[in-house]
Amino acid sequence: MTELIHLSADALAQQLAAKQVSAVEATQAYLDRIDAVDGAVNAYLHVNTEEALLVAAEVDQARADGDTLHPLAGVPIAVKDLIVTKGQPTTAGSRILEGWQSPYDATVVQKLRAARMPILGKTNLDEFAMGSSTEHSAYGPTRNPWDLDRIPGGSGGGSAAAVAAFEAPLALGTDTGGAIRQPGAVPGTVGVKPTYGGVSRYGAIAMASSLDQIGPVSRTVLDSALLHEVIGGHDPRDSTSLTDPVGALVEAARLGQVEGMRIGVIKELQGEGYQAGVLTRFHESLELLRSAGAEIVEVSCPNFRYALEAYYLIMPSEASSNLAKYDGVRFGLRVVPEGAATIERVMGATRAAGFGDEVKRRIILGTYALSAGYYDAYYGSAQKVRTLIQRDFAAAFEQADVLISPTAPTTAFKLGEKLDDPLAMYLNDVATIPANMAGVPGLSLPGGLADEDGLPVGIQLLAPAREDARLYRVGAVLESLLEDSWGGPLLAQAPAVPQITGRNR
Amino acid sequence: MSALTDEVLTFDEAMEKYDPVLGFEVHVELNTRTKMFSAAPNAFGDIPNTNVSPVDLGLPGVLPVVNGTAVESAIKIGLALNCSIAEKCYFARKNYFYPDTPKNFQTSQFEDPIAHDGYLDIELADGTVFRVEIERAHMEEDAGKLTHMGGAAGRIQGAEFSLVDYNRAGVPLIEIVTKPIEGAGARAPELAKAYVAAIREIVKNLGVSDARMERGNVRCDANVSLRPHGRETFGTRTETKNVNSLRAVEHAVRYEIQRHAAVLDSGTPILQETRHWHEDTRTTTSGRPKSDADDYRYFPEPDLVPVVTNDAWIEKLRAELPEPPAERRKRLQADWGYSDAEFRDVVNAGVMSSIEDTVTAGVSAAVARTWWMGEISRRAKLADVDPAEPGASPALIVELNALIESGKINDKLSRDVLDGVLAGEGTPAEVVEQRGLAVVSDDGPLLEAIDGALAAQPDVADKIRGGKVQAVGAIVGGVMKATRGQADAGRVRELILQRLGVEG
Repeated sequence: MTELIHLSADALAQQLAAKQVSAVEATQAYLDRIDAVDGAVNAYLHVNTEEALLVAAEVDQARADGDTLHPLAGVPIAVKDLIVTKGQPTTAGSRILEGWQSPYDATVVQKLRAARMPILGKTNLDEFAMGSSTEHSAYGPTRNPWDLDRIPGGSGGGSAAAVAAFEAPLALGTDTGGAIRQPGAVPGTVGVKPTYGGVSRYGAIAMASSLDQIGPVSRTVLDSALLHEVIGGHDPRDSTSLTDPVGALVEAARLGQVEGMRIGVIKELQGEGYQAGVLTRFHESLELLRSAGAEIVEVSCPNFRYALEAYYLIMPSEASSNLAKYDGVRFGLRVVPEGAATIERVMGATRAAGFGDEVKRRIILGTYALSAGYYDAYYGSAQKVRTLIQRDFAAAFEQADVLISPTAPTTAFKLGEKLDDPLAMYLNDVATIPANMAGVPGLSLPGGLADEDGLPVGIQLLAPAREDARLYRVGAVLESLLEDSWGGPLLAQAPAVPQITGRNR
Repeated sequence: MSALTDEVLTFDEAMEKYDPVLGFEVHVELNTRTKMFSAAPNAFGDIPNTNVSPVDLGLPGVLPVVNGTAVESAIKIGLALNCSIAEKCYFARKNYFYPDTPKNFQTSQFEDPIAHDGYLDIELADGTVFRVEIERAHMEEDAGKLTHMGGAAGRIQGAEFSLVDYNRAGVPLIEIVTKPIEGAGARAPELAKAYVAAIREIVKNLGVSDARMERGNVRCDANVSLRPHGRETFGTRTETKNVNSLRAVEHAVRYEIQRHAAVLDSGTPILQETRHWHEDTRTTTSGRPKSDADDYRYFPEPDLVPVVTNDAWIEKLRAELPEPPAERRKRLQADWGYSDAEFRDVVNAGVMSSIEDTVTAGVSAAVARTWWMGEISRRAKLADVDPAEPGASPALIVELNALIESGKINDKLSRDVLDGVLAGEGTPAEVVEQRGLAVVSDDGPLLEAIDGALAAQPDVADKIRGGKVQAVGAIVGGVMKATRGQADAGRVRELILQRLGVEG
């Protein structure tokens, strides 16, 4: 069964279609793997054993009956616990939603169900997706399969670690400032943030509505394209959803192409603050692309230097409003304080007990930034910076078809290392945030191991809005060139995860 | 801060020293099929918390979608109020914690309302026209309904617990805000009532709201401030919330003017605050302090894209607008030739549309008025219902009138026929048949009755013979009595005069 879980989603899908393996076998293999290693990794907050096996059995039956099935039917998937699912708890990594079950499915979950992909469970995350390390989960941190003392990235560390530790072939993440791409890079997986509006947000618990986007996490570029086509497309329940069709992403990933493409290196996203080993691997990737016929050009995005600051005004502002609904009145945790239980005191006690420190920090920041007298200076200025970043992207995409940078300035840091230094933690997202601020799509893929620590380095590709296919076209080529140089997938070099079972469930 | 019973001056005393400045925020609930941002039904009076979707409850993960019909209704209201319609406008979040607001923010509009800078000409009872400037009309969602249990007076303070009904949460609202209304003087209370009545009439006429104030479809917040005669700057205002009948609007404005005057006269500043209106005592009490800097932390709603309008769409909606109520009234009065007093009575009785339909169906305006203001209104008043409600219809009036004109029945009999129809006995013709109400048109029985009547009143007969033709009425009356009203009085008169050999 070890081999089965090492298959890419594409390869598994082909074996399922050829009836070389059953969906129940594949799903059970992943459930067994979760049982074996998730005690160490803590990628899952909830494992959906019964339903996953039921769906798998239905797929097998349908296939036996000769029904036409979706290409990914029977391929299991993990879902970030920020995305609501009927029949399973959804916690957003927070105590305030402990035990809550959604009465409705997110649009992307409906699409997974329509494709008949067994949902293995819900993955861990920083509380309400606020963090870059998954340490801010109320249910304990997820650990990096490469080194259990290190962070798996965040906020979608659970999804990335589950895929990296072969606890799922595919996962859904959400990306507000890099939460798919950065944890994709840190444990050596592929993560894609689609164009804003390319995937419905209906049912993704909002952190910052104008920045949030659901996207795929996988072990290969092609697998992300396969999943992206399942979840993408217009949704009338999301007003910000694009009306464009999702596009031929799988075809782009299968064909791949960099010849004649102009690939722009963003001057501002390298150099100071970037780990030497990260930059070495980054420059190797540039050489590989050049050797494959791409033209490497340098572009300048001078306003990116303000992106982090602007992001940390817009994101908390929207979050402070989005998280107001968690008040103990209608759902989730309710804390009734001693003494006279007025509505104000119940709301206050509930939020005091239900939210963790990072969430409170951002609510306070956002509330302040939106306050009368400060709005123009903070939120208003940040929105202006956002416009400038969009202009920088527009200008850069005049000179280049795709942009490239390291996904994160460093490799995985140690658990607890930056927990007391929010600013250092925030700096981790410096390269991923601009894409969210402009709504453009981004892809992160593994670029090798840093010499100094032997940990994965991420390479980020960025394309103009609605040109997600370019990411897959270039990403597939780079991935293939890199794997040729390594003699196989990067994850094959990862150490075995110690088998510790049943810690969290 | 406010005493149990506030001091007030008389209205006349207040007017001697001060000019009132008014301002209104009127909330209109739209009658769209679904809510402002969800597909849940927009319906009044259903079992609590049945017309809710995950969106209305603000469950984690939900997103709003704008109701296109509500946007069209907002534009129509804007056009009817002579407003400019924004080419592009945004929704905004108004953040505050309150359990009737599921998301703890209200999705509203802030800096750029869909309609702005309009006016409405308000005609007062004596025909004076007063122009009220409209600052804006914007779209937003209604809150749920709280019922506080176990406390005094249904207020949240002191309640043991509160029940929330989210059926109303998310119902589309249009908030119409006036600019400060100056120069109304002593007519301010009257103007206040007339303004709200005009808004109610307009939205009802547009068909965009049920406009029933008793159901909260139209709700008024009335702002009042006073300034001494001759002063330019405005005084401090109070906002009396949720004044929900036309009469109450008039009374609340009057009361606040009197109260402000007393406070100002005592040398105390007015506290800027909201006030609660109490219908039973016709007074207001202090609500909460309200500063201009109430911090709702407005910011553009990131879950919604801007509403973009275009000329073609706006002009199409403009073309669909019904005739404005004030213009319609002018046209109808001219067409019907009613005096101002007659027309005002018709309007006040609420039968203008019924008369219009009746006239359209071919009955003269005078006859239509006689019916609707006479027999039908009288019956409605007795039953304490709307004149349209006892079941009288323009079609019925047409039939009754045709029976009279053909001589089949007379005026008196027609009342009996109306009673029969309203009692459910069938069509007018059927009632005539069944009740045997037709006019006696055979001269034989009539002559017999005339002879009887003449014999009974020989002195009257002599007078007539002597040339006092006007005395014939007494004999006619006798004949009508003898025939139980079923005679054509005109024919009876003719026959009496013939009988007595007198020229009519």
